[in-house]
Order: sequence, then C-alpha cells, then structure tokens
Amino acid sequence: MMEQHADLEAQIEQWRGYVQRRQAISAADIDELEDHLRGQIADRQATGLDDEEAFLVAIKRLGNLDAVSREFAREHSDRLWKQLVLVPEGSDDGGAPPWRELAVVLAFAVGAGIAVKAGLVWLDGGAALARNLGLLVFPFLAGYFVWTRRLTPRVAAMLLVPFAALAVVVNVYPFASGGSTELLAILHAPMVLWLLAGVAYAGGRWRSDRRRMDFARFTGELAIYYILLALGGAVLVVLTFMALQVAGVDLEPIVQDWILPFAMPGALIVAAWLVEAKQNVVENIAPVLTRVFTPLTVVMLLTLLGVFAAAGGLADVHRDLLILMDAILVLVLCLLLYSISARDPLAPPRLADALQLVLVGAALAVDAVMLTAMLTRIAEFGFSPNKIAALGLNLLLLVHLARAAWLAVGFLRGRRAFAQLERWQTRYLPVYGAWAAIVVVVFPPVFGFA
Amino acid sequence: MRIDKDLVAASATPLVLGILTEGDLYGYAILKRVSELSGGGMQWTDGMLYPLLHRLERLGYVSSLWGTSEAGRRRKHYAITPAGRDALADRQEQWSIVASALRQVWQTAQQPPAPAAGWA
Repeated sequence: MMEQHADLEAQIEQWRGYVQRRQAISAADIDELEDHLRGQIADRQATGLDDEEAFLVAIKRLGNLDAVSREFAREHSDRLWKQLVLVPEGSDDGGAPPWRELAVVLAFAVGAGIAVKAGLVWLDGGAALARNLGLLVFPFLAGYFVWTRRLTPRVAAMLLVPFAALAVVVNVYPFASGGSTELLAILHAPMVLWLLAGVAYAGGRWRSDRRRMDFARFTGELAIYYILLALGGAVLVVLTFMALQVAGVDLEPIVQDWILPFAMPGALIVAAWLVEAKQNVVENIAPVLTRVFTPLTVVMLLTLLGVFAAAGGLADVHRDLLILMDAILVLVLCLLLYSISARDPLAPPRLADALQLVLVGAALAVDAVMLTAMLTRIAEFGFSPNKIAALGLNLLLLVHLARAAWLAVGFLRGRRAFAQLERWQTRYLPVYGAWAAIVVVVFPPVFGFA
Repeated sequence: MRIDKDLVAASATPLVLGILTEGDLYGYAILKRVSELSGGGMQWTDGMLYPLLHRLERLGYVSSLWGTSEAGRRRKHYAITPAGRDALADRQEQWSIVASALRQVWQTAQQPPAPAAGWA
C-alpha cells in the first residue's frame, strides 16, 4: 500500500519544502495545511481519481500559495514584522543595498555624535546640556526611521511639531538653577521623545496595537544591543587606555572630550540598526533573558518588601529611596512589557506566565507601600513638584499593574485570550507619554520654575 | 450558483463559528461542512480558512488543541469559546437585520422570490 503511494508521498514532501520557505507560515501551520491536503486527496481518491490527479486538485483548491501566504502574514505579522517594517508594502526591491544602508546608518551615528559634541562645546553648564541631550540625539534616531520607512511629510510633521515644541519649552522656561522642576524636566523629556521615536518607528501608524507591541519589543532589544556595544566598547577603551599609559601617553582627555561624546549617541543609532538588521540573533535570546530575569526580579522585589516591613513604616525614609523605587518599578514594567512582546500570543498558559503574574503582584505590593509612604510624606511636609511627579507616576503604575494582574489571572484560568492582556499594555502606553509631557510643560509654570 | 467573493468573506466568520457550535472540528471538516450547507455554492480557497481560524483564535473566539487523525498524523481541532458564542449571537443579529431588510426591499420591488429563498 505504502509503496504504491510513494510518488504521492514524495510530492507532498516536495510541497512541504516549498511552503517552508514562506516565513509567514510556521512549521505547525504546515502540519495543519498538510493534514488538510491529505484529507482533500483522500476524498478525491475516493471519487476515483488517481494519486497524481488527486494531488493536483487538492493543491489547486488550497489556493495560490502567494495569496495564502500573504493572508498568513497579515494574521501573523509578528513572525515577519522585520520584513514588513523594513520594506514598505507593495515594493519588491528589498530596500537599499546593504553597503548603502550601512553608510547611511554610520552617517546618522556620526551626526548624533557631532550634535552631542556641539552641545558640549556651546551649551555651557551641565543643566542646559542635560535638558537638551535627548533633543540633540532624537533627530538622528527619528531620521533613521524616516529614511528606512520612507515616511510621508505628514508623519514627519507629526514628529517635528512636538519635537520643536519640546525644544522651545525646555530652553525658554526660566528654570531656577538646580530647582526640582528643572530636574523633573530633564528626567521626563527623554520619555516624551522616546514615545515620539515610537511614532517614527511605527511609520506614523502609532494607533495600531501591533506596531506598539513591535516598538516595545524593539525597545527591549535595543537596550540589549546597546548594553552589549557599551560593554565591548568599554573593554576596548580601557585596554587601549592602559596600554597607552604604559607607553607614557595619557588618553583621558581624548576619551572624555571625543570618544565618549561620539560613542554613546552613535552606539544608540547603530544598536537601532542592529535590532532591525540582525533581528534573528536577539529574537532567540530574548525569551531566555526574560525567563531568567523574571524570577530574579521577583526575588529582588520581595527582598525590598521584606526590608521595608522590617524597618516598619516608610514615613521617615529618605526621599532618594522613593525616587529609586520609582526607577525600579519602571524597570519592572519594562521587563513585563518586553516579556509580553516576546511571547507567542497563541501559546497556552505556562509556568512562565504564572511567574509573570507573581512579578506583577510583587510590583503591586511594592507600589502600594510606596504610595502610602508618599501620601504620609505629603500629609506631613506638604506638596512639592517632586512629590506630585512621583505620586502621579505611582498612580499610573498602580492602575497599569492592577489591570494587568486582573487580565493575567483571567488568562491563567483560561477565561481570557492573551491578546487582551497584550492590548491593555499597548493601549496604556500613551498615558505615560501624556504624563511625562505634563511634567515637562505644565509643572514648571505651576510651581514657579522652582 | 457561485456566490460573490465579498459576500463569502463577510459570511465566513459567522459561518465558521456557527459550524463549531455543532461540535469541535478540524479545518478540512469545517470546509466540507460549509460546502454541504451551501450545496456546493460557497467555494472557499481552502488555504484561506487557516489564517481566519488563527485570527478567531487570537480574538479568543475559538480555542485549538492538537490531536491525532485516524491515520496517526498531527491534527489541529478547533472549539468555540464562550466569547465566540457571544460574538456569534451578535453576528446573527446583524445578519438577520440585513436579511430582513433585503427581503422587504425585494418584496416591494416585486422581484421574483427566488433569491430571497437563499437567505431564509
């Protein structure tokens, strides 16, 4: 029986190999399609067709592979988001040749370096530079996205107007030297710019949940690449530094004045390019990293909670601790967002998802402790811009985490689709941008630029 | 009679969800049922069913489970979820409004009743 159908088996095998080349169709999908093909073939054979005829009819009815593959791509855009993102729809030319792309990337990287160096030279005083640092680098990152995505002038204007407004606000406001509103503006302006970079990344389609999730994934991978580049760069610089020192040459002024101002912003642009160009490299480590760091972060949060409980009350803690805890919570949130973006939304609940819920729960507990501490401080010492900014951020985090926990419980119990949890994250993202913009634009005049 | 492509596309979701309320099925069996129900009038491009099923799964309307076929091969079975039943009820309501509007307009236009029979 089997030998009779050897030709048919060979044909099906050949068909599988052909379908496998489509990046939008996964191995499991091919199994599913093959099951379908075999069902159709068996039914055709039952009506009296021979193997060859049955196979041809079945293949014909399965449809044009290009069209089917496009449908798969539309539904599973996460599987080939890099291609979809890099090459605009309808163009088959695969973008610019590699050398040209590299040249453009390097030009943007050097441009960012020159901008920062110019800032160092002309913007005297640390605070003025700190306020403008993000603004100096942003045009080059956004420019890279505008170039790769061939953005329309309308989208470019959508980026330019908020950018210009932010630049004006940050530089025209008469900040009191060393005041807290200035520090808050320095901390929150990059956040606004980063979400603006997200608009550029999404090619202007920032309303799309998929694009937002892609941007979250991009952010995580960018961080990984940037850290790798920074570590490698640091090792190189330190070795050169030591070797030259032995030879009697002091590299320090050059490192400070030239290497760092160019390397740090330049590495950001190069990392952004690497994320897109060498996608598959990080794609494989990312889920592993999130799985390693989720339990470790849970341990960290629980330790912090334990220490707070042992200290008994937080009313008299140093305010630096509160700011530090805010940073930790934001980091936890980034980890959560990134692990959600790296997860296959169709996979059933696993242990990792339960762990993630534990992480969210621990973060919620820490957030609740922080909120009580803050409210006590406010009740005792009154309002200050710092406290309002921290309180606002904590409330935003509380809402975000609480809803995420609620949806995660529903998902683990099989009541909800993972997509709902995903959608909540992406829908909530602009809230942070709005809050950061308020802190930068509204806080200084309200608090008299103190 | 061949049904227009847009009409097939519009009716695909409620049809698949409706078929799954009859019991869990795998892809090929769903298509056979569609063909049976429409007397062969609704011809889908077979391959297009799967992206649709995956979309319904992502929306949480159906859930899937890998099993094995009689021949011992991997086979993916689909089942409708409570959310899917809600969505189906919603679609049903929409379709009956469309169908009744069409029926009325055809009756007043004194058309031959033949096309209306297809909607019942």
